[in-house]
Amino acid sequence: MTVPSVPPTLSGKRPSKLFKNWMAKMASLPMILTALVVFVGGTAWTVTYSFTGSRMLPRTKWVGLDQYERLWSSDRWIISITNLGIYGICSLILTLFIGFTLAACLDRKIRFEGVFRSIFLYPFALSFVVTGLAWQWILNPDFGMQSVVRDWGWTAFSFDPLNNPDIVMFGLLIAGIWQGSGLIMCIMLAGLRGIDEDIWKAAKVDGIGTVKTYIMVVIPMMRPVFVTALVLIAAGIIKLYDLVVAQTGGGPGLSSEVPAKYVIELMFRAQNLGQGFAASTMMLCSVGIILIPWAYLEFGGRKRG
Amino acid sequence: MADLTTNTAAEPRGPKLKKAFSRTNIFLYGTLIMVSMYYLLPLYVMIVTSLKGMPEIRLGNVFGPPMDITFEPWVRAWSEACTGINCDGLSRGFGNSVRILIPSVLLSIAIASVNGYALSNWKFKGSEVFFTILIIGAFIPYQTMLYPIVIMLRELGLMGSIWGLVLVHTVFGMPILTLLFRNYFSSIPEELFKAARVDGAGFWQIYFQIMVPMALPIFVVAIILQVTGIWNDFLFGVIYTKPATYPMTVQLNNIVNSVQGVKEYNVNMAATLLTGLVPLVIYFASGKLFVRGIAAGAVKG
Repeated sequence: MTVPSVPPTLSGKRPSKLFKNWMAKMASLPMILTALVVFVGGTAWTVTYSFTGSRMLPRTKWVGLDQYERLWSSDRWIISITNLGIYGICSLILTLFIGFTLAACLDRKIRFEGVFRSIFLYPFALSFVVTGLAWQWILNPDFGMQSVVRDWGWTAFSFDPLNNPDIVMFGLLIAGIWQGSGLIMCIMLAGLRGIDEDIWKAAKVDGIGTVKTYIMVVIPMMRPVFVTALVLIAAGIIKLYDLVVAQTGGGPGLSSEVPAKYVIELMFRAQNLGQGFAASTMMLCSVGIILIPWAYLEFGGRKRG
Repeated sequence: MADLTTNTAAEPRGPKLKKAFSRTNIFLYGTLIMVSMYYLLPLYVMIVTSLKGMPEIRLGNVFGPPMDITFEPWVRAWSEACTGINCDGLSRGFGNSVRILIPSVLLSIAIASVNGYALSNWKFKGSEVFFTILIIGAFIPYQTMLYPIVIMLRELGLMGSIWGLVLVHTVFGMPILTLLFRNYFSSIPEELFKAARVDGAGFWQIYFQIMVPMALPIFVVAIILQVTGIWNDFLFGVIYTKPATYPMTVQLNNIVNSVQGVKEYNVNMAATLLTGLVPLVIYFASGKLFVRGIAAGAVKG
C-alpha cells in the first residue's frame, strides 16, 4: 500500500468543492443517470406527451385534455378500470385474510412448519406467465376441473371462468392469490414473531381466548406490518398484466382487460401513443393516491416526532 | 397430561406441550393440509399432464395420474414446439434467457453494490436526493416509462437486442438492489472504513479489499433476487426484444397461446414446467436466503 503524498484528511483544501469525493461521484454516475434521466425524465416525458395528439410517433401537437376525455369515454378503459377494481378489492381482502390466517396457524408452534412454509411460498418463485398458463389448463372448460367434477356425478356443476365473461375476473383471482399470498404470509409471520411472548401469557392470565387475543390484541399491534402488506399488494395489483396476457389474453371479448394491458395495447399495437400516455399517467396518479398517504404516515410523522 | 410431560423430554415451557390430538390441533393441521392442497394442485396437475399422451388427456380427468408415462411431451416442448413458423422449441428461448440473465445479473449487482457503498461511506452533496428519487422510482408503474426507454434504446442502437434488455434490467433492478447494499454497508462498523482511510486506501481499494469480502451473504441474496426476477420477467422481454431474441417466458406464452394448430396440452404443460424450473430450483436450493431476497425484493414496485 503506497502512502499518498497528501493525507486524505487534508483533501478539503483542494480548489473546487465539485471535485471533492470525485471518485464516489463518478462511481454513482449510473445511479444519478438512472434517477434523473429514466425515472424523472421518462415520467415527465410521458406525462407531457399525454397532452399531445401523438399517434404513431410522438409529436408536439398540443390538444389539452382531449386524450383524457377520450380515455374516460372509451368503453374499453371503463371495463379495464372496473375489472381492476373488482380484482383489486377481492385480492386485497383475500390475500390479507389468507396471509394472516396461514401465518397465525404456522405460528402456533406446529410440526413441519418449514415444509408448510415452503409449500405456501413456492408459487411466488414462479412467473405470472407460468402461473397463468397452469391455471388456464386447470380451469379449461372441456378437460379441466369442471369436467372432472361433472364426471364425479355432479352434472349441473358449472365453473368456467375462462369462457364466461361474468366470472372471468375470479378465474384470474384464484391464480393471482395462489401466486402472491405466500409472500404476505411470510411478512405476517415475521410480524407475529416480533410480538412479545408475554402478550400471550398476559392474555392467558386474563382468560382471553386465542382467537379473541389475535383479533383484539395482536392485529392492532401489527398495524405497521399490515400497512406494508397493503402497500405491497396494492402496488402488485396496479401492475397486473402478465397474468392476464397468459391466462385469458384479455378475453373472452374484452371482459378481462386491465389498465396496464390497455396502455401497452394502445402504445404498441393500436399505435395510438397519446391514449397510451394518458392511460399510463392515470396509472401513475393511482399509485400516487396509494403511496403519498402511506409515505406521509410512515416517514413524515417520524421525522417530526 | 402430567405423566405425558414426564414421559417426553424435559420442556422448559411446560404449558406449550399439548396432547397430540387435541381438537385445536386437528383443526389446525386440517386447515393447513387443505390449504396446502390448493397450493400444490397446479404443480401436480402440470407434472401429471406433461407425462400423459394426448389420447389419455382427451379422456378427461386432469387430476388422474398418468397410465403410461411418456417423456415425449418434454422432448417436443424443448426441441420441436412451434411459435408461428419457427419450430425449434423452447431451447431457443432458454438460450436467450441465459444470455440475457448472466450479463444483467452481473452488471446490475456490480453497479448497485458500488452505489450502496458510495451512499453509505462516501456521501456527497445530493447523494441522498438521488437515492430518494431512485426509491420513489421503484413505485412508478413501468408503463409510464416504457415509451421513453424505447426512444433511448433506439438512440443507442440497442432496441431489439439482448444488450438493450440487459440495460433495462440493470436500470429497473437498481432501486431495490441499491437499497439492499446501502443498508448492509451502513451496518458495517464505520471504524473499519476510517482505519482503512487513515492507512491511505482509496475508494476502490476499500471497496474490493474490505467491503466486498464482508458483504458476500448479501451478494448471494442479490443474486437470488435478480436471477428469479429477470428470469420471470415478461413485460420488458415482450417490448424490448424481437422474436429472435425473445426470452423464455415470452416464447412460452407464444407457444401455449398460439391460435394455430391443434392444442397439445401435454407439450404446453411440459413447456410451462421447463420455464418454471430455473426459479423453482433456486427456490428449493436456497431456502431461507430466498425469503430474505424476496422480503427485500417485494418492495420493487
